[in-house]
Amino acid sequence: MLLVEDGALAVDDWHHLADDEPVPASGLVTVSFARWQLDEGTLRARGDKLGLRLPNTIEPKELAGDLDRFALIVLDFPKFTDGRAYSQARLLRTRFRYEGELRADGNVLRDQLLFMRRCGFNSFVVGERAIKENWAKAFGEFDVFYQSATDNRPWVMRQRLSP
Amino acid sequence: MYRYDDFDHRFVDERVAQYRDQVRRRLAGQLSEEEFRPLRLMNGLYLQLHAYMLRIAIPYGMLNSTKLRTLAHIMRKYDRGYGHFTTRTNLQLHWIRLEDTPDILAELASVEMHAIQTSGNSFRNTTTDPFAGVAADELEDPRPYAEIIRQWATLHPEFSFLPRKFKIAICASKEDRAAVKMHDLGLYLHKNEAGELGFEVVVGGGLGRTPYLAQTVKAFVPRRDILSYIEACLRVYNRYGRRDNLWKARIKILMQSLGAQKYAEEVEQEWLASDRAAIAVPETYIAEIAAAFAPPDYDRSPVDEAALERAIAGNPAFARWMKHNVHAHKVPGHAVVTISLKEVGKTGGDISAAQMETVADLADALSFGEARVAYEQNMVLPHVRRDRLFELWQRLDAMGLGSSNKDLVTDIICCPGLDYCGLATARSIPVAQAIAKHMAAKEDAIGTFNIKMSGCINACGHHHLGHIGILGVDKNGEEVYQITLGGDAGHNAAIGTIIGPAVKRDDVPAAIDTLIEVYLRLRQEGERFPETYRRVGQAPFKEALYAPR
Repeated sequence: MLLVEDGALAVDDWHHLADDEPVPASGLVTVSFARWQLDEGTLRARGDKLGLRLPNTIEPKELAGDLDRFALIVLDFPKFTDGRAYSQARLLRTRFRYEGELRADGNVLRDQLLFMRRCGFNSFVVGERAIKENWAKAFGEFDVFYQSATDNRPWVMRQRLSP
Repeated sequence: MYRYDDFDHRFVDERVAQYRDQVRRRLAGQLSEEEFRPLRLMNGLYLQLHAYMLRIAIPYGMLNSTKLRTLAHIMRKYDRGYGHFTTRTNLQLHWIRLEDTPDILAELASVEMHAIQTSGNSFRNTTTDPFAGVAADELEDPRPYAEIIRQWATLHPEFSFLPRKFKIAICASKEDRAAVKMHDLGLYLHKNEAGELGFEVVVGGGLGRTPYLAQTVKAFVPRRDILSYIEACLRVYNRYGRRDNLWKARIKILMQSLGAQKYAEEVEQEWLASDRAAIAVPETYIAEIAAAFAPPDYDRSPVDEAALERAIAGNPAFARWMKHNVHAHKVPGHAVVTISLKEVGKTGGDISAAQMETVADLADALSFGEARVAYEQNMVLPHVRRDRLFELWQRLDAMGLGSSNKDLVTDIICCPGLDYCGLATARSIPVAQAIAKHMAAKEDAIGTFNIKMSGCINACGHHHLGHIGILGVDKNGEEVYQITLGGDAGHNAAIGTIIGPAVKRDDVPAAIDTLIEVYLRLRQEGERFPETYRRVGQAPFKEALYAPR
């Protein structure tokens, strides 16, 4: 199940292709970074949109020339305490101007959702708890921020300097 | 001092509401302890040996009388009537109930305080000179920069899950009173040849299991670019810092494995590619924040120095206090006062609610309502007229706050150790007390001497930087104490070296005495211990300590 940034729940309509699975001729699929490197030609030749699952150890700059090919990039939080994907997200959005869907997967917890959205994520893979505990509320727990981030929300210095 | 505006108030109120809900979910069983742990840690709540411990943030050590009175009230109402100042200038309460913590945070918020990021793998409290704004040797007040960094670092969305904790310190004076080089990132304020203000940035200091001093990564960053440069430092760390081993996760290890130069190059590249304008700090904002730290309206009428001299001459105890705990102030007729929290026989850094209220009253009466915490676990009254010093000392002394031992051998930095802390491997408080008792009679003869003591390898007591450092370790169920010599904080920072086999707990005071006796015998005029140690080497100390008796 997916939580999207406006707080709605959505069904994931992407198929997440295993590395040993043949590439279907059509349909929305995501591939691993390894698969992308191996089968770039085949994947580029497909007409349908493509998604990429990027491990948190890969530098976004390695994708710099390819980003327009992806409609979805899935970043991984192997543990919620492993915060590398926050930096990947900000770099993808601000430095490499990636404008497609940026999805957080892995150990995604309620109390990190706002941090993730501020870094540029706009969808989140969540479990059943998200409904029971009303995770959508987490996005609204703060409406003042002490630093600029990728969400372009107003932040303290700008607000104080331009009243 | 810095005062909250609507923005800050709203922020801490939202934070309290968020945390209250987190505690509710935990108590309702919706969050496991494992999931709750990082949330409570982001609010400074630890689970220790006997109870929860709450670590309250005191940004760059600044307090006023209102905050002090509220802290005293919290200590009485929710704890056992006392608290403990840490080497990050925070305040720890060691006997807290989880259910009470949302109310405590709400009380703190009402006086512009919080406990955000006093723990967890994120930015910790930024520290600076306890004499900021009043020291004669400073280039400019460092506190506005500390406040700007505090704001930017608070709940930073990209850097709240770093490989490990991250500590920043700032120094803007000739003498480094903030131990900047032991920090993950340190800033020294300089003026360049064009007369522009900026910072030398040092990175990779840290104590713990593998101590290192920070190294310069950039000699001058204009102050308007300081946030973007720190952001670049952090982004490189967040991407490349080790996460596979807790003991190798601090930025100091990344610095060592890459080398300072390579790390500096990575940061430079990242910085140049980043959108520096987005978080540039304009002069106008620096000025706006600096206005909050404007000097108070000093009474510049003449001070009766002769009366002060008579009080000194007539009272040897006061004379000692004047000598050790009273420091020069940049405004004539005024003094900066260190309130020692190191009364011999007491727990260093501890303060009772009644003592805290006394400090609040004295701050109101004599120091424009202002007080500070120094990383050495003492307090400071920054603006005292010299003709009020005798009265101040009498009132402090009546409350057990009149010890005259700033920077002397009984002014020991000490962590809570195994009496409280879940990480400790040995007791530290009783050992520090025993050393202080043993050495007190000689402290004047010894002069400046810094003993620092930690109850485990995490080095919260900065033992690596002690002239004599003491580390408590567990050896097959017995608490023994490893001694290091020659450490130093400040500009001449040095990591102490281990002198030899650890000593048993009961033998520690005599061992320290023996080592100091060697120093007294060998020191030359004006030499502090680290200088003597560097000149004569380890041998004479080793010989004396391990000689068969």
